[in-house]
Amino acid sequence: MNAIEIENVSKMYRLGQVGAGALHDDLTRAWAKLRGKEDPFLKVGRINNREQAGQTYVWALKDLNLEVKEGEILGLIGRNGAGKSTLLKLLSRVTTPTTGTIRARGRIASLLEVGTGFHPELTGRENIYLNGAILGMTRREIHRRIEEIVEFSGCAAYIDTPVKRFSSGMLVRLGFAVAAHLECEILIVDEVLAVGDIEFQKKCIGKMENMATSGRTVLVVSHQLATIDHLCSQVAILAHGQIAYRGSARDGISHYLSNVRSQQYEWNAPKNSKAKDIFSVRKMWVSSDGRTPLTQPHPVNKPLQVIIEGDILALDTKLAIGIAIYNQTGQTLFRSFHSDSNSSIQLHRGSNRLTCTIPEYLLNEGVYTMELISEIHQIRWIYAPEKTEASIHFEIMGGLGTAPHWAKSRPGEIAPVLSFTNTYLDPTDNESVAASHLVAHQTCRQTHE
Amino acid sequence: MLIDVDTPLATRPVQEQHYRGRDIPTPPWTIEITPHRGIFQVPIAEMWRYRDLVYLFVRRDFVAFYKQTILGPLWFLLQPVMTTLMFTLVFGNIAGLSTNGSPKILFYLAGVTCWGYFSECLNKTATIFVDNSTLFGKVYFPRMISPLAIVISNLLRFSIQLGMFLATLAYFVWMGAVHLNSTALLLPVIVFLMASISLGIGLIFSALTTKYRDLRFLLQFGVQLYMYVTPVIYPVSTIPQEYAWLIQLNPLTPLIEAFRHGFLGTGDFSIAGLSYSAGFAVFIVTIGVLIFNRIEATFMDTV
Repeated sequence: MNAIEIENVSKMYRLGQVGAGALHDDLTRAWAKLRGKEDPFLKVGRINNREQAGQTYVWALKDLNLEVKEGEILGLIGRNGAGKSTLLKLLSRVTTPTTGTIRARGRIASLLEVGTGFHPELTGRENIYLNGAILGMTRREIHRRIEEIVEFSGCAAYIDTPVKRFSSGMLVRLGFAVAAHLECEILIVDEVLAVGDIEFQKKCIGKMENMATSGRTVLVVSHQLATIDHLCSQVAILAHGQIAYRGSARDGISHYLSNVRSQQYEWNAPKNSKAKDIFSVRKMWVSSDGRTPLTQPHPVNKPLQVIIEGDILALDTKLAIGIAIYNQTGQTLFRSFHSDSNSSIQLHRGSNRLTCTIPEYLLNEGVYTMELISEIHQIRWIYAPEKTEASIHFEIMGGLGTAPHWAKSRPGEIAPVLSFTNTYLDPTDNESVAASHLVAHQTCRQTHE
Repeated sequence: MLIDVDTPLATRPVQEQHYRGRDIPTPPWTIEITPHRGIFQVPIAEMWRYRDLVYLFVRRDFVAFYKQTILGPLWFLLQPVMTTLMFTLVFGNIAGLSTNGSPKILFYLAGVTCWGYFSECLNKTATIFVDNSTLFGKVYFPRMISPLAIVISNLLRFSIQLGMFLATLAYFVWMGAVHLNSTALLLPVIVFLMASISLGIGLIFSALTTKYRDLRFLLQFGVQLYMYVTPVIYPVSTIPQEYAWLIQLNPLTPLIEAFRHGFLGTGDFSIAGLSYSAGFAVFIVTIGVLIFNRIEATFMDTV
């Protein structure tokens, strides 16, 4: 039996600012309605693609169909701007679809944010009541479960303190604790697991599993594929406002990754793109030989070359060109600029080709995103991190370690091969023991410094 | 990061529900989300389910107001007291406006107390979508709960101020300066009508300000100007004949006049005037609720 059925749902948004233009459109729309005609702006929207600029109206979702079975934990994945959040907003009734229908059985509780409506001046306990009521519980229901909620949150000691004194982690705990005790048939969760410490994250995951095994339907949106993989039996991939894939979690995730992978080992500036001042990038790619772009995953044990081609329109001593590397969950691993080292290379007015080498045994196996970033040092960004459109996705796979026993990927973002030394401590030889102590002592001090 | 929990759930079978055998028909849909809601579909039943939320919002507003202040709820009194003193000085003593023979302090306090309630309700409800956009954008509950909570929490505030008014009144009655009459018994009706009119106008403005903020500024000084066409600082009886219609058209006029008539024993009070206000209240609340109801579905996209 289906718990949720989404039928031909579309959602249109107007981009840009609300101003006189919006008023004009509103009047046009009202005029069309008055004459009994169709809304003229429903036709002009284009499909959701954040990389194309131009039009004012956009379909965040377009003719989306999705069915969710009862008791299913469905993961929703997709790139930023694919329509995930819009879909969740529609399901949680924060806004309504432009066309189409959504049907559901049972109460929907949505957690687009934890601790919604917390008031800083109220105590933890008062906020539990307030937040619970906002989420649809009655005071009696909350009263019955308050002890459980307080215990789950692990904030019992602070429960009668105003929440403005809480740490952000405690706020999240409190918020999730309330939500976890909602009585609902369908639960919708958005990325909330990304916060809180590991111990609490595990607790949340456990709670969500319990919910699902007790027959409730759970919808999870997350960028953490590991979470999705662990928690969900099924996934749906959203792309450009439509369901691009629907199936088992394992297949879905690998499908998603392969899609990301095949897309971009190189990046070319769009033909009509506006040139930046000072520095304008034309092209960027990753390569194993310094010339041709990669076509397949790159091993850990070979250096990876990043080539950046661009035009320098004005020489500025403070100009810095570099890269930023992110892991799959979007966390920054590092940023590096050409001007970081003392023996800085020379930039020239006109066309330049920079090559940057990411050494072997640095990145662990995994899929990474690399962005071109550039700044006038300490003044402003030319290509700001997470805003620059010049980005590449590449995968590192195989070639772990130098010894054969390191065959399987280990946890962690980096996979360095460190050197280990050893001194044999002969119990009969007093001098060597003393010497080794001294060495150990010095090493400690060095690391502290 | 979140691995290490014993068995991945994905490998576990989804539990079959024993009570959902093949012969039991599928239960009907309980929630249907469609682009447009019928214009008269006001979710009354749903609002009733959320009645506890009204209580908690009221409590929040009240408690949060005086947390970390020394004077606490006394602040509710300070504003009308200062305004009354200022009005008494400026309009009563300097400009020398008539108060129909009532003690000046009492006359202005009556007007300020009533007007304070009306304008506060109106100003707060009118910006409800803008003020609560973060909350409304994250979770669904019948939006009408918020304006209702505002009207009620202001009612609390009003009753404290009314208490002060009654205490002042008691002093003057004891001195023999004023005489109550039976119109005072209409107080609940008067307050209810004031609440309704401010709610109605507030709802209309709240719906319109979601997209065009211009109206917010219009409202801000509009309310200030509105006070001058309402008999707050003057009695209706002193209005020149040619402007009387303007003042009479104002649905608040009969309410404030009735209030003064009841407690101060002066002022024009007529059942016709009160009925006009009541009719206006019904009309404006209906319009307000319908517009609000229509906007609340999609306001998130424009706010």
